[in-house]
Amino acid sequence: MLNEKVICAGFGGQGVMLIGQLISYAGMLEGKEVSWLPSYGPEMRGGTANCSVMVSERTIGSPVITNDATTAIVMNLPSLDKFENDIAAKGNILINSSLIEKKATRSDIVAYYVPANEIAGELGNSRVANMVMLGAYLELTKTVEVDSVMKALNKIFGEGKAHLLDVNRAALEKGAKAIKA
Amino acid sequence: MAKVLMKGNEAIGAAAIKAGCKYFFGYPITPQNELPEYMSREMPKVGGVFLQAESEVAAINMVYGAAGAGARVMTSSSSPGIALKQEGITYIAGAELPCVIVNIVRGGPGLGGIQPAQSDYNQVTRGGGNGDYKLLVYAPANLQEMVDLMQEAFDAADYYRNPVMMVGDGMIGQMMEPIEFKESKSRFELPNKDWSTVGTKGARKPNIINSLALDPAELEKHNHKLQAKYDLMKANEVKYETYNMENAEVVIVAYGTTSRIVRNAIIDLKEQGVHVGLIRPITLWPFPEKAFDEVPADCKSLLSVEMSMGQMVDDIKIASNGRWPVSFYGRCGGMIPTPEAVMDKVKELVGGAK
Amino acid sequence: MSVVFQKTKGLTDKQTHYCPGCTHGIIHRLVAEVLEELDVLGETIGVAPVGCSVLAYEYFNCDMQEASHGRAPAVATGIKRVHPDKVVFTYQGDGDLASIGTAEIVHVAHRGEKITTIFVNNAIYGMTGGQMAPTTLIGQKATTAPLGRTVEHSGMPLRVSEMLSTIHGAAFVERVSVDSPANIRKAKKAIKEAFECQLAGKGFSIVEVLSTCPTNWGFTPIDALKWLQDNLIPYYPLGNFRRPEEVK
Repeated sequence: MLNEKVICAGFGGQGVMLIGQLISYAGMLEGKEVSWLPSYGPEMRGGTANCSVMVSERTIGSPVITNDATTAIVMNLPSLDKFENDIAAKGNILINSSLIEKKATRSDIVAYYVPANEIAGELGNSRVANMVMLGAYLELTKTVEVDSVMKALNKIFGEGKAHLLDVNRAALEKGAKAIKA
Repeated sequence: MAKVLMKGNEAIGAAAIKAGCKYFFGYPITPQNELPEYMSREMPKVGGVFLQAESEVAAINMVYGAAGAGARVMTSSSSPGIALKQEGITYIAGAELPCVIVNIVRGGPGLGGIQPAQSDYNQVTRGGGNGDYKLLVYAPANLQEMVDLMQEAFDAADYYRNPVMMVGDGMIGQMMEPIEFKESKSRFELPNKDWSTVGTKGARKPNIINSLALDPAELEKHNHKLQAKYDLMKANEVKYETYNMENAEVVIVAYGTTSRIVRNAIIDLKEQGVHVGLIRPITLWPFPEKAFDEVPADCKSLLSVEMSMGQMVDDIKIASNGRWPVSFYGRCGGMIPTPEAVMDKVKELVGGAK
Repeated sequence: MSVVFQKTKGLTDKQTHYCPGCTHGIIHRLVAEVLEELDVLGETIGVAPVGCSVLAYEYFNCDMQEASHGRAPAVATGIKRVHPDKVVFTYQGDGDLASIGTAEIVHVAHRGEKITTIFVNNAIYGMTGGQMAPTTLIGQKATTAPLGRTVEHSGMPLRVSEMLSTIHGAAFVERVSVDSPANIRKAKKAIKEAFECQLAGKGFSIVEVLSTCPTNWGFTPIDALKWLQDNLIPYYPLGNFRRPEEVK
């Protein structure tokens, strides 16, 4: 039974809150139970940011993840250090290897290394590194469909940012390829 | 209507506007800031007014003025800000004005922290300000329930001419969940606000909004009138949910965010053969005393689980009236109980795992 | 027989509780006459304070709200934002406005809230028994300044009109006195102008009225008037500080 508990973490500005929202939004569009819970407080202003996302087939009790994340997506080193221990055994960690040289230290979880910033750079838009990580995550877990994520992104972007949809879709695809390789 | 994904604080604002709230007076404080921010964007679109006051004290007194002038009005804050508002709240209760006050609770005492807590239980259920008065206090457990209760909160405020408090916590305020804005019909027959100060037009005697009564006999009479109203609220406005009460060895009492965590623990405990029930007060005042009649006679213990140091325990003891022992497990200061810790406490109460 | 004088319709028939010789009664009448003359009594909502004029809601013949101590400007803000087409005023003493309610009065002016404040300054707390106010003069005795106010201990008395006239949203600021028939006529003119300023939507308007407190000052009513002339007026000069033409 689907019961995904995802931590998305990185620097403020890397778009980790957004990819968390996209997973929740897409899950909602697919009729699944979802929740999104941000960290909040002074650390949001330029420091590290993170959110906890749940996508489940049953009603969500606590939206808090405590040592039982199924996946962590970490975009910077402090996030790796902070959240590696919050992953359940046999869980996944997706590491942005463009910015994190360190390897995962636990042997009971599966680590994937995605050079998200480099891939985003190849696409000509360094800001879509988060979407590269999201693409990799979706390919790995199949929690929600890529199409649902694009529908969600379309809603969040609105008309003003509609021209950015293509590069974001490309980032999702590149991320998916990166994890298959 | 289709579901939308919204942040709790914004959903409260949307639900309030949908419930006919036209006036909002607030002051910034974490973790409720998205609510006034939302109101500042959305109120002008519906011909309403958002105003950022110079303080919580001023904001609640603006609410007093607007409510006395016949408006559907709301304010919001978080624990220390609610403490500041208590002066205005007791005047509003004394003058019998309707309004909705949202409290997105954070850890205390003092400036405390900004993470979720339930340590305002006493502040919201015991009045909080001076004198004998009560607020109708709702404590929804998820955003859908929060949204569903908002119309009722405004209607009940108007019906009883009494301030109503909507209690969430940092988690309810900050999280996003799918929400459906449903059409609902008021279950109240709402009276005209012929008492409000809108100008006499020279056609009637002046209306006076007031909580002062220098004559002790008059003030006592006023208190009796208020008490009769509170008794009516006790008889008609209690809301609660019970869950898994059959054969429960332990019954947990928990509200709001904590009840969600407890529910997870109960499901997991069931798989381990431990039967645990849940009483979830939806109104903190009036407290759902009747719910305790559903507790099995041979239940080993009641267990209050809270994000405070046990402020609800007294009410559970009063409601259970010595029928079962009452235990407590809580975290505070912004720490959130884990399902595992709740399970451990239950196992301790039933004498170990099976 | 022709009628040569009638009590204004702006006041109820209720007998006031003010001490003999207190000038609150005069100020009440001036406000009520102005509301009647402007033909807005039926469109007016007043806000009473905490202090001697706490019962003002029983005397003004219009809709009234009784506010908590110092918060009348916030209450009035709430009313005015709901009914921008109505006339809204607060009636406050110096303890209420210049001490506990400084934040509210400063910010009602700061927002340029279209309300009128009648500020009765008698340099003392009357209702609670003659305690020192921020407006109490240096050397003036009060029940909480038994040897008289000193600068070292309590600072210099607060000049509210001067302070508020530095705020852009304060469209009309004038200090008047009710110590003589001539000054009473001037006071009424200022009160009228203040309400006209509100009706024209120009911004916040306030009239500070120097007033007596024979009981707590410990004077006869006549000596109290003289004390006001000799002591209050020199420190609190009468005159206009702001009027709409000057609002940029």
